[in-house]
Amino acid sequence: MVKAKEEFVDISPVPHPDECEAPNDQIAKESLITSNIKYLITGIVFGTVFVKAEIISWYRIQEMFRMHSFHMYGVIGTAVIVGVISVWAIKRFKIKTSQGETVIFHKKQFHWGNVIGGFIFGLGWAITGACPGPLFAQIGSGFLVVAVTLLSAIAGTWVYGLFQRKLPH
Amino acid sequence: MIEMIRQPWPWYVAGAVIGLTVPALLLLGNKHLGISSSLRHVCAACIPGNISFFNYDWKKEIWNLFFVVGVLLGGVLATQFLSNPDAIVISEKTVSDLQALNITVDNNLMPASIFSFENLFTLRGLMFFVVGGFLVGFGTRYAGGCTSGHTIMGLSSLQWPSLVATCCFMAGGFLMVHAIFPWLMSL
Repeated sequence: MVKAKEEFVDISPVPHPDECEAPNDQIAKESLITSNIKYLITGIVFGTVFVKAEIISWYRIQEMFRMHSFHMYGVIGTAVIVGVISVWAIKRFKIKTSQGETVIFHKKQFHWGNVIGGFIFGLGWAITGACPGPLFAQIGSGFLVVAVTLLSAIAGTWVYGLFQRKLPH
Repeated sequence: MIEMIRQPWPWYVAGAVIGLTVPALLLLGNKHLGISSSLRHVCAACIPGNISFFNYDWKKEIWNLFFVVGVLLGGVLATQFLSNPDAIVISEKTVSDLQALNITVDNNLMPASIFSFENLFTLRGLMFFVVGGFLVGFGTRYAGGCTSGHTIMGLSSLQWPSLVATCCFMAGGFLMVHAIFPWLMSL
């Protein structure tokens, strides 16, 4: 009886990505356009900063890995400090979401993919001059050939999914 | 005012806005910053196949796709209306290092000598676009996140696996730029 139940769980579609790093934890129902338009606007702000602070620049990434400029370290360092303070404040003062829900944080479990996958991503970051966010902003900025890079990144994600269970974690 | 906005924004302004994206997404609706997840959602929506990794309710995560479309639109708007009239200023040392590899620093954000469609079907294009993109997509998902998901979001919530991942991102980048890249450019 118990076994049958386990099998049922196994074959049912996963309702939530099992390892999604950017999960949606909102309980309240969302409508396609009116609920999501605010994330589009947040994205526009994000993309604008990427271009205006030259974070999407292939040169700036070369500069960073050659340690010839403080710029990228300053951007990332400031972002982390502001993020740490914000998250601390949300927890400390129990700030609710705009729907009145409690903000949920997920504990990340270490696995060897953090190391191996992280290293592989680093190699790609230095060639393309872009992490996934700047890829989108580079295309928007008029470097249309980066669409090929994006498609290839989607293919890379798909191949990872294909071999996920065979890879060391 | 508009003249000031057109100039490149300093690191502390950019860093602060990027950092504030974390609480903005959390408080708008319990969303966690992370961009590489969008690539997974595209796979789940378009080519899930029989792969369990892609069989989930991606529609619940559709906010993430709205977000990355926004990033693309932000790139369009910033370039069309707020672009810097002057040439990009890169450190002298990087300029000479790149010159030694036959890469001329032009006035754009990206070297047109590499990032153009003419190079797409060359060996160099294969490395920069196809292989580079593949490493980004495969690596970020294997690592469980990218610079936004691990470095910004993960470190903001003080998660040590994200610190490990961030160090490995940097290690991979350093190795590429200092050891593999000179060889790549000689191809």
